[in-house]
Amino acid sequence: MDAKKTLSEKVWADHVVKAEDGQPDLLYIDLHLVHEVTSPQAFDGLRQTGRTVRRPELTISTEDHNVPTEDIDKPIADEISAKQVDTLRRNTAEFGITHYPMGDINQGIVHVIGPEQGMTQPGMTIVCGDSHTSTHGAFGALAFGIGTSEVEHVLATQTLLQPAQETMAITIDGELPTGSTAKDVVLAVLAACDTGGGIGAIAEFRGSVIEALSMEGRMTVCNMSIEFGAKAGMIAPDDTTFAYLEGRPHAPKGADWEAALDAWRQLRTDEGASFDREVVIDGAGITPHVTWGTNPGQVIKLADNVPSPDMFEDPVARDAAGRALEYMGLTAGTPMRDVPVDTVFIGSCTNSRIEDLRAAAEVAKGRKVKDGMRTLVVPGSGHVKAQAEQEGLDKIFVDAGFDWREPGCSMCLAMNPDKLTEGERSASTSNRNFEGRQGRGGRTHLVSPAVAAATAIAGTFASPEDL
Amino acid sequence: MEPVHIVQGTAVPLDRSDVDTDQIIPSDWLKRVERTGFEKGLFSEWRDDPDFVMNQEQYAGANILLGGPNFGTGSSREHAVWAIQQYGFAAVVSSRFGPIFRNNSSKNGLVAVEVSPEVSDQLMRAVETDPTMELIIDVERRTLEAPALDLEVGFELSDSVQHRFLNGLDDIGITMQAGDDISAFEAERPGFKPVTR
Ligand code: SF4
Repeated sequence: MDAKKTLSEKVWADHVVKAEDGQPDLLYIDLHLVHEVTSPQAFDGLRQTGRTVRRPELTISTEDHNVPTEDIDKPIADEISAKQVDTLRRNTAEFGITHYPMGDINQGIVHVIGPEQGMTQPGMTIVCGDSHTSTHGAFGALAFGIGTSEVEHVLATQTLLQPAQETMAITIDGELPTGSTAKDVVLAVLAACDTGGGIGAIAEFRGSVIEALSMEGRMTVCNMSIEFGAKAGMIAPDDTTFAYLEGRPHAPKGADWEAALDAWRQLRTDEGASFDREVVIDGAGITPHVTWGTNPGQVIKLADNVPSPDMFEDPVARDAAGRALEYMGLTAGTPMRDVPVDTVFIGSCTNSRIEDLRAAAEVAKGRKVKDGMRTLVVPGSGHVKAQAEQEGLDKIFVDAGFDWREPGCSMCLAMNPDKLTEGERSASTSNRNFEGRQGRGGRTHLVSPAVAAATAIAGTFASPEDL
Repeated sequence: MEPVHIVQGTAVPLDRSDVDTDQIIPSDWLKRVERTGFEKGLFSEWRDDPDFVMNQEQYAGANILLGGPNFGTGSSREHAVWAIQQYGFAAVVSSRFGPIFRNNSSKNGLVAVEVSPEVSDQLMRAVETDPTMELIIDVERRTLEAPALDLEVGFELSDSVQHRFLNGLDDIGITMQAGDDISAFEAERPGFKPVTR
């Protein structure tokens, strides 16, 4: 009888092509997602060495990081961005990889399109030259970000060399207070684990709070696994997962569907299997959260006040807090709800799916954005945009004074024209509040879509209940 | 990649925690399709500040970067490693690295030396006091030495990464030798797995 295994150990074991003592395992990769930023040097490497793409039909490509969210029928104005996008189009054509260009209904943020097309399935290994590949772990896939050298390796061999990882369980039981969302769950995890608590481990999220989340909520949680350093985040597939997948374009059909279901139902951590690390969080205590500093671990409840550096015992954390407050232009002791905001960004691979837009629209409905507030609502893909427009969400946003845009990464990392200016403060549904992330000198606070929408209306950080 | 045996030289003390990859190379630099020329983007948001440590004359010519804890957290951009190398650093020392950064370093021959917080602090203070202090990082012995401090510590480097560093080997070439294993694995893959077209 096999030893008891965790979910991640099962998926890992299913993909080992070759294992040798003292060497990293050679893992087979089921799906490789490619975008314009981390791939050009990899394709160049293939050309220089005369290598080909081993399995182009297990590879999918889109343009997301650089694309503008307005006037997409015109050529990209930024010449360097245009060249990068163009390079990807030429590379994918040359190597026979399906590519979704700007304006195509299938185009979108790489981590939004995989799941929505049913390409992301339980038990798969999925990689992408992007750290938020962890998103796909919501389906019980082992999914993680890789560097450009590894992108080239996967293109050439459809495998990756991977040293073993530790296992980590993050259990969240209880019931979420009303008004709290998946984003607040993962921000609470960050508060508990800080930016380094997951380093060297694959995290499995479990417990009744996780089981009650929709697939889109689970993706939001897994998306930010990398922010506490985990290699990947995973959630065991269940009926919610199967119901989401059934009927999607790339999901198995007929007899294949039945075979897949049989296999997927095995993908659970065995009773009594042990984890190297365990974290337990009480779901009932997870009220809306907001970051105050310059890394995602610097996070508090919306109801709290800006912390003072003295509150941190660890000298490194104290020092970091002092620097963060200075950069963020915040004074210790200020209630977060009193902090005025200039810009609200609703989008990114964390929170740009249809449920996120519905949650924000529900708050926006019949209300008006605060005078002078800049707002951007950026759907995660062409399909999300179409669905939202079919439901009339775009109208709700526009009537309330929000700016309704075309799909892409947009102000999540500001590689396109959507940027914060020096000192500008945002409430953002994205995943990183690093210095300058949304534009040089910009000040980012991470929040849920509902809090972002409420903040746009109130002008200061607010939850929908505050309106 | 070029073989790396020993990195010997002086160091720049970048005494900050959580220097993430957005700080190492801001996203504007990621638009380039070339693999070179990233040295100008290294820490570009800080480089205008004359007080920034890399602008201080006494650290010119250093080939080792001393970072604070949680160095290289954040995104998967390998550009962060390229920028550090192309600027002229051959090794980075920190008490804790972002895992993707560390892995990317291993693919490019940048030696990421993880030391204890105490040693990291000791080195930081010593280099601030004496910018000419030499460090010796020995890949073969997996040690970091600071002769002036009478300090020698070991660091972790897996056998496989060490082997590739010492021999300057390319991962892809090594994996391609396992082509038959890959084909055998492919023959057994379940038929329900998706394809993208
Ligand atoms: S939305 Fe942001 S985090 Fe997600 S892939 Fe795009 S840039 Fe990266």
